[in-house]
Amino acid sequence: MHKQHLNIVGAAIASALISQTAFANKITELGSGEGQVNIVAWPGYIERGETDPNFDWVTGFEDKTGCKVQVKTANTSDEMVALMNEGGFDLVTASGDASLRLIAGKRVQEVNIDLVPSWSDVDDRLKNAPWHTVNDKHYGVPYMWGPNVLMYSTEVFKEAPTSWNVVFEPMTLPDGKSNEGRVQAYDGPIHVADAANYLMATQPELGIESPYELNADQYKAALDLLRQQRKLVSRYWHDAFIQMDDFTNEGVVASGSWPFQVNILQSKGAKVASTIPKEGATGWSDTTMMHADAENPNCAYMWMEHTLSSNLMSDLSVWFGANPGVPAACTDGRGMQTAEGCTKNGMDDFEKINFWTTPVSKCASQNNECVPYYRWVSDYIGVIGGR
Amino acid sequence: MAIAKPTEATRVAKTGWLGRLSDQLWRSPRLLLVLLLLPPIAWLGIVYLGSLFALLIQSFFSIDEFSGLINYKFTLKTYGELFIPANFDIIVRTASMAAIVTLAAIAIAFPIAFFAARYAKGRWKAIFYLGVMLPLWSSYLVKVYAWKLILAKEGILNWGLETLHLSWLLDAWLSLSVIGGNSLSVSYTGTFLVFLYVWLPFMILPIQAALERVPGNYLEASSDLGARPMQTLRTIILPLALPGIIAGSIFTFSLTLGDYIIPQIIGSSRLFIGQAVYAHQGTAGNIPLAAAFSVVPVIIMGFYLWGAKRQGAFDAL
Repeated sequence: MHKQHLNIVGAAIASALISQTAFANKITELGSGEGQVNIVAWPGYIERGETDPNFDWVTGFEDKTGCKVQVKTANTSDEMVALMNEGGFDLVTASGDASLRLIAGKRVQEVNIDLVPSWSDVDDRLKNAPWHTVNDKHYGVPYMWGPNVLMYSTEVFKEAPTSWNVVFEPMTLPDGKSNEGRVQAYDGPIHVADAANYLMATQPELGIESPYELNADQYKAALDLLRQQRKLVSRYWHDAFIQMDDFTNEGVVASGSWPFQVNILQSKGAKVASTIPKEGATGWSDTTMMHADAENPNCAYMWMEHTLSSNLMSDLSVWFGANPGVPAACTDGRGMQTAEGCTKNGMDDFEKINFWTTPVSKCASQNNECVPYYRWVSDYIGVIGGR
Repeated sequence: MAIAKPTEATRVAKTGWLGRLSDQLWRSPRLLLVLLLLPPIAWLGIVYLGSLFALLIQSFFSIDEFSGLINYKFTLKTYGELFIPANFDIIVRTASMAAIVTLAAIAIAFPIAFFAARYAKGRWKAIFYLGVMLPLWSSYLVKVYAWKLILAKEGILNWGLETLHLSWLLDAWLSLSVIGGNSLSVSYTGTFLVFLYVWLPFMILPIQAALERVPGNYLEASSDLGARPMQTLRTIILPLALPGIIAGSIFTFSLTLGDYIIPQIIGSSRLFIGQAVYAHQGTAGNIPLAAAFSVVPVIIMGFYLWGAKRQGAFDAL
């Protein structure tokens, strides 16, 4: 998602408003709905059939519960955190880089999973995921997730590339031409993690345990790899639609990408496909979290149950090219998604994915001596600038 | 007796609180002045300058190397960070781009403005205004994305050159270091062309306004006295048009300094100041460095205006 579309206003508000509200205790029983629920969500995440009449997972909920759904879209994780700090919302679809900040800032409350009957359907791999579970307390209900795949041109690669080396190392591609100027990389500091993920497999002697927890030496190795990549990349991609344009008009043949771009390009007949190479990949995973001072807790719980039990995840999976937090949504025909569709979105590759978390200096795997995220930002700027 | 009438007229007190207020304001013009000036001064002082100072103060804080938390103690450390090579590159890159765009804009805008001011009459003048203004009416983003397609490797410009068998010319240009690249849309040349296109109207219009004000008889007098056309241009027209050129260059220079969208869509992904500000705040939380970066254009523009004033650019204002 657009994690790097940062927002100046949002950040200013975020830093000014980190307030000290007391932790609300988790709710133990539900009453009747309050008549509305206010949600902060990624664009395209909550559709009521207005963009495309086939994609509607809101009106059914409103008819059933009487809770009117009001959505505020946010383009970045920072905007989401800022909106939640401001207050006035009940729920947020937070990504891994926002969720822990929200928990640490006490802006979200513990969710009583006994009040969400379909919790048992949640993917076992996500039930206790560290980006929403802290000290065995659940601070949200898993929503959607997806991998950062390797997109490639099927005209150049007759067989899927098996390694990320096509975007990291100078080499001759199967069509006999060099990969210089024909590959792309993500224009965000989190791409350092993709480099680290590649090094985990290719240079095990570095001892990288998680691509988000790098000590000084491992970090330096990742930056060196990225400097080498800089020579191959003409333009880093930032906006999904610009990347699609670069694949069609700019002669780009391989790049890290999202299933979203792959699906759209394929639907337009472009000769591209995607794969998760042997080194695995990074990815994102979102969670529906509840505001500490939610004014409509009953409707909020009803919505959380709705996300897990209705056509929502199945149709959203088709709409967005993401995977549902409830695996049954792929198979039981509650919506449009099918098992094949989920496989295409990377449903079976969960184990190969290192999910996005914000790098902090206090990390378990490297004796709390990790390089924090703000250094990633300044150093990645240097790498792109040729330093 | 005769003076009774006017006093009677003024003595009639207005009724209602609005009326009393009106009377009160009439009696004390100072109060009226304060009330009228308060909103614009509050706007300028609190909203405009206040936010600028808030920004300035942030830039004197620093980020703690270890925890990544902001250290609220005054220090110049963050400004020092602007001079590490990676950051200094960004400043030099942005300032050079702004300077080159400005010079090129002057070179292109001057003849156009001269034609419009001296030779275009009636309908041609209307067409000129429309031609210059029309691009300003469409969305900035649409124009930039359109340019991305024009400059793309498989775009119309490449196709045109190929049809004319001139591809070698473009290839030679793109093989140059620094300004070249894989295609025009990923090179500095491309970024430059788009900046130039987008800001050109802001240069043409002030120059044209300045040229309109150069009296025609000065030029006649100049040639009567035996000046060659070049001499007239150098010693009469250019000095008199200078305020317009400076005004235009302030627009193109400062707009290029602050823009962060064009270099993100067209170019080699190397950051400009605006993009650096964008990247350092947010998840990175490095507000001090972002603030220090945003002070840079303010300082550059300060020097620019100071230099322009010393050149006498504002004397005619």
